[in-house]
Amino acid sequence: MARALINIPAKARRGEIITIKTLISHAMETGYRYTTTGTRIPRDIIHSFVVTYNGEEIFSAELFPAISANPFLTFHTIATESGKIEFTWTGDNGYSVTEQAMIKVE
Amino acid sequence: MNGHNNPGATRREVLKAAATMAAAGSVAILTISPSQATPAEMKAALRQVIGEAKIKRGKVKLDVPPLVENGNTVALSVAVESPMTPSDHVKAIHIFNEKNPQPNIISIRLGPRAGRASVATRIRLADTQQIVAIAEMSDGSFWSDTADVIVTIAACLEDLQ
Amino acid sequence: MKKTPLSFSKLGFLTAAMVIFTAVPIHTTEILLSERRSTYEQMSRETRAMQDEDSANPGMLWVLDGEALWRTKAGETNRACANCHGDAQKSMKGVAARYPAYDDKHKRAVDLEGRINLCRSEQQKAPPFVYESRELLALTALIARQSRGMPIESKDERLQSFIESGHELFNRRQGQLNLSCVQCHNDNWGKKLAGIALPQAHPTGYPLYRLEWQALGSLQRRLRNCMIGMRMETYDYGSPEYIALETYLMWRARGMMMESPAVRP
Repeated sequence: MARALINIPAKARRGEIITIKTLISHAMETGYRYTTTGTRIPRDIIHSFVVTYNGEEIFSAELFPAISANPFLTFHTIATESGKIEFTWTGDNGYSVTEQAMIKVE
Repeated sequence: MNGHNNPGATRREVLKAAATMAAAGSVAILTISPSQATPAEMKAALRQVIGEAKIKRGKVKLDVPPLVENGNTVALSVAVESPMTPSDHVKAIHIFNEKNPQPNIISIRLGPRAGRASVATRIRLADTQQIVAIAEMSDGSFWSDTADVIVTIAACLEDLQ
Repeated sequence: MKKTPLSFSKLGFLTAAMVIFTAVPIHTTEILLSERRSTYEQMSRETRAMQDEDSANPGMLWVLDGEALWRTKAGETNRACANCHGDAQKSMKGVAARYPAYDDKHKRAVDLEGRINLCRSEQQKAPPFVYESRELLALTALIARQSRGMPIESKDERLQSFIESGHELFNRRQGQLNLSCVQCHNDNWGKKLAGIALPQAHPTGYPLYRLEWQALGSLQRRLRNCMIGMRMETYDYGSPEYIALETYLMWRARGMMMESPAVRP
């Protein structure tokens, strides 16, 4: 059950700098932990997060095991025009989640 | 801890890259401590990402609580002074640490569309250590800030190990 | 440990001391009602910020899962929670604040997880969820979220025997360290242990996102953590001992505000 929480204003004035907060559920297994019998638990993390605004990339990040479980990222962008903001998280073992939010810019 | 099955960059792989740069004469080769890094290893990882450029202190403000309640989830925010115009903006922010098994924490790509070079996230810290944030500007300059964090552990641990 | 009997002069001194000091709040075996504090107040600014905002609170990810599960049909009857209970935001308002509750049919105290499982097995005719499973945590989180901001209620007289059992367990010295819950959580709350201030341990925010777990967990999980840390034998999930402890702890926190899903270090 991959769930994401995105906090983004539904409306903004043209040129306004808006704050976007994202939170996605993922254990972010570091690859440095062991089971009680001594077997290493393999790494399984989200390693890439890309945000596009009407198709153009406005933010991206390369994540490492040092990012906490349920990765939380807050960043900013200029509200240029109305449209779709798309969030894509990519990770190990073929993990890929995309969420979208619509924004109305006046 | 061996990094054989680890798909991500381990300390060994990072230092191999640094070794090739040593031919240029500026990076020291160190003995590898697999489960915990040293400040010098963090510097090596840093150099691998940003090359030989001079890093200036300033413009960057790295905010981490000085004493954290739990190393598993540490709030971190970084802000860089910049007009964020097409001709003068922050291209990237890279954050490193000293003592986790791996020196990299996150690498962020920004641009003039960001409006403000300010990002917040939550990170893991294995031990009391220093964190470094480097901002790469559109004019090729690098600026940095550091933060020292004391990490304690939970009093009642679930596992007996 | 046997105490040596007090001499009369010492007793006289102690009585005088107690008379002088009763005006000052001192940590005795119970925390005064007016002195009760949520652990929220002892947390750092950053951890509080994680709890305060829904889009920053990882516990809300489980609430989202719970919303989906609430509408999922299950069991031989092929009914979802929503079929009987409608919109959780309305029907579950205030419910978690008065749990554990007395179940008439089974003649015992039942906690929220137990109640959900009774509904699963008896109403939906579906297998009960395992304790600490993602499904059970998601539903508990969804229901508990609907009591946020409401005062904890513990008024049912039928719960009295469970409260008393729980109180006895809370006061009982156990394990290799011969400690009872009282030593830390009544007598020494606020003082530091391994760099962190000891909480009074009121279950105002369960199920909660614990930074140590990097996941949401139940009150029983937290009690087990404590018992393991204090080198005591843990009870099984769902055991009468845990139900009694939960009932007592909620009574001890009566009137305090629910914060679920909380965030704790």
